[in-house]
Amino acid sequence: MKSLLKMTWMEAKLFLREPVSSFFTLVFPLMMLFIFGSIYGNNPPPGSNSQGAIEALIPAFTAMIIGMIGLMPVTITLAAYRENGILRRLRTTPVNPLVVMAAQVIVVFAMTSVGMLLLITAGKVVYHVRFAGNAFSLLGGFTLASLSFFGIGFILAGIMPTARTAQVVAMVLLYPMLILSGAAWPRELMPATVQNISTFLPLTYVVNLLSGLWIGEGWGEHLLDIAVLAGMLLLGIVVSVKTFRWE
Amino acid sequence: MDPIVQVEGLRKVYGSTVAVDEVSFEVHDGEIFGMVGPNGAGKTTTIECLEGLRKPDAGYVRVLGVDPQRDGQILRLRTGMQLQQSNLQDRMRVWEALDLYASFYPKTADWRELMAQLGLEEKRDTAFSKLSGGQKQRLFIALALLPDPQLVFLDELTTGLDPQARHAIWDLVRDVKARGKTVLLTTHFMEEAERLCDRVAILDHGRIVALDTPEALIRNLGVEERIVFNLNGKLPEGFENALSGKIRIETQGDRVIIHANNGRKVPLVSEVVNLLTREEIPFRDLRTEQPTLEDVFLSLTGREMKE
Repeated sequence: MKSLLKMTWMEAKLFLREPVSSFFTLVFPLMMLFIFGSIYGNNPPPGSNSQGAIEALIPAFTAMIIGMIGLMPVTITLAAYRENGILRRLRTTPVNPLVVMAAQVIVVFAMTSVGMLLLITAGKVVYHVRFAGNAFSLLGGFTLASLSFFGIGFILAGIMPTARTAQVVAMVLLYPMLILSGAAWPRELMPATVQNISTFLPLTYVVNLLSGLWIGEGWGEHLLDIAVLAGMLLLGIVVSVKTFRWE
Repeated sequence: MDPIVQVEGLRKVYGSTVAVDEVSFEVHDGEIFGMVGPNGAGKTTTIECLEGLRKPDAGYVRVLGVDPQRDGQILRLRTGMQLQQSNLQDRMRVWEALDLYASFYPKTADWRELMAQLGLEEKRDTAFSKLSGGQKQRLFIALALLPDPQLVFLDELTTGLDPQARHAIWDLVRDVKARGKTVLLTTHFMEEAERLCDRVAILDHGRIVALDTPEALIRNLGVEERIVFNLNGKLPEGFENALSGKIRIETQGDRVIIHANNGRKVPLVSEVVNLLTREEIPFRDLRTEQPTLEDVFLSLTGREMKE
């Protein structure tokens, strides 16, 4: 327990000292929010439903954070720890590998949460957005979505031979997903073919789920999203436990 | 008292390459035991089998009385390991590494004291990636000493360090021994093994070719010692016969090299200097060349040690 606390605290410090990951998790989504906000204000975007633009963007950008964190820092950190012999050094101590994994999950989950809180706070203070949903069901959906995306990161780190390939594959998966899933731009504005393609992207289900919960829909209306994400989470746990290697 | 480490008939094969074969030795309480040999001789494979990081294909291994494969956790609690290839996170600071690693053990030495003893106090807040090679190794020694272990493994501790840093590390290893700990180290520097180790196993192609104290290895092999000096002119006739024992004299222009078998009653150097002085032969730049473990390796394997 003492080692989990220390390890988590250490990993949190290391996360914040890494300028790229803290920028993309904490600063970049806020920047996007203010850029879109300065264009539209909180008026409904052209061609969209009656929901205010910023209100629609907050859950979408939260999905963006989840996608970026799950694929970039999680994948790169774990793969690099193995490649650089950091896990090798840990292996000579009595520490349990689960502590190493758990500290990672706790830290990235905390960072994702902070990213979301910053978005919500900025939305409330600057644009007076309304939140029509249930805070607990939103938190639940957010937790499920985050963990299932960390699972993707763990899988990539586990099955890719080097940190470099893991990073490249993560980027190749991430960028189309950010653009096509509705995380950066509303899906309703995309042509039908693109919308069809996006049904194959896991991040689409995060966007659907969080957007729905934000406007007050219940979990019952998002069973498909939940099933897809829960399936990913399960797969992530199984594969990352099976593929865990110290070196 | 039982030996700290017991190895009998250790064998490890990678594919069709036999990395370690028929390796047997014991390490006793409180000694510095070294495994020395060229790269690829099987040193690291052997030490990693003892650490529980690799599974031997055959042989009997006991470390602190336990089987590293079955009771690895006991070893991880009671030994300190410094690995040949390992790192810490680039942005982790020295004190943070010590503090974090200390949390893995139920009982540890005081890491602040260790930090001071290993001369890392000034580097307390320095990130791992900003440390020099010698400082990184000192930090790894500190981490290895954290659990206050009975046995410390040091694998290629000084590889890649400049001579000054290397000498500083040697002093630290002697300190570790002075604390009553047993040290098992590997190195491919013969000089390091000779200066540091109480006993040395010389490995070549996965086998132990010799095992003894460095002095005994050098003495028993009967490797020659040499006296080298420069002359103005020539040595007088009969100089050779005036020296005791079996010797051989070689001249290269002004330079004279006297070869003699090691382990004589009267030291060769005093005999030669006395004779030169008595005969009033002016000489300069006289030096002796003692045989080293390097010579032992050469005579055992017929090859020079290469880096």
